[in-house]
Amino acid sequence: MVAITVNGRAVEIESSMSVEQMLDTVDVPPNYLAVEINGEVVAREDYAITNVNAGDEVEVVTLVGGG
Amino acid sequence: MPAVIDLQDSPLTIGTHTLQSRMIVGTGRYDTMEQMRDSLDASGADCVTVAVRRERLYDRDGKNILDFLDLDRYTLLPNTAGCYTAADAVRAAKLGREILKTLGNPGADWVKLEVLGDSRTLLPDPTETLHACQTLADAGFQVLCYTSDCPVTAQKLKAAGAASVMPAGSPIGSGQGLLNKNNLQIILEYLKEDDPDYPVIIDAGVGTASDISEAFELGADGVLLNTAIAHAKDPIRMARAMKYASLAGRDAFLSGRIPKRLYGTASSPAEGVISTRPYGSQA
Repeated sequence: MVAITVNGRAVEIESSMSVEQMLDTVDVPPNYLAVEINGEVVAREDYAITNVNAGDEVEVVTLVGGG
Repeated sequence: MPAVIDLQDSPLTIGTHTLQSRMIVGTGRYDTMEQMRDSLDASGADCVTVAVRRERLYDRDGKNILDFLDLDRYTLLPNTAGCYTAADAVRAAKLGREILKTLGNPGADWVKLEVLGDSRTLLPDPTETLHACQTLADAGFQVLCYTSDCPVTAQKLKAAGAASVMPAGSPIGSGQGLLNKNNLQIILEYLKEDDPDYPVIIDAGVGTASDISEAFELGADGVLLNTAIAHAKDPIRMARAMKYASLAGRDAFLSGRIPKRLYGTASSPAEGVISTRPYGSQA
């Protein structure tokens, strides 16, 4: 198991995986989301080639209502 | 031949963006997504603000705001609301840009920068705002910068590269209208002195339709509001009121108001009046 942090919460995933694979586990269209790993935004075109590794701090954000 | 009367207004230009409506509306605090969608429609706005937030990956309610916004109709303006440091605001701006890029929305290259200094008043932090404004402008963002009604800060933000400076009418969500019209007028004069087309947008504090009219009558190029519509008893009707109030205020500004005078001036002819003047008053 690999321990990572997603949106401030400790999460364990079975193994290192790509951002694309990670987002496949949630029911949200990927184009509604943006992903940051250790403070760096991951470009959508890099989701398949960027891995989430042990100890990574991952932020997954979307848009919500605001003024 | 009757004279051709052209009552068209020019579009609102902010950096490389052009908006047909001078009213920008927020998408927060509505009871339902459907109510938000219909209120935006009634407002006539073609630019709407949205916030960047952590996705609730494990307890989704199944509704995303993007399912209720016609991206062919609206340019989204992502904001950095809720940020209290320049670093957080820059992060939020970059994440918002990434989402809008993947959606193909033209709003990807701009941001409504908001860096707060106090959670109770929601007043902006001027030093953190200035720092974030410089960083984001250097990173290629067109920054629409929320600020207080302080003319000195407004000048610094323009100098730092803000595509638009957006002074508050009064605290966010307070509905108090324009509390310091003198300062707002000074900001408008200073920022437009050598640059008449520089867009100054009054952001925050609008409570009702007359507030938005007043902002445009002062000479604001645009007004940004959210809660006054979303928390009205009838948001859709209030959105329509805001639309017409913005058009009325803007037309009044472009028309040029008469100067205020201490004494009355009759609009009917003074000659041929059938009367005698009381109290010996002058003709």
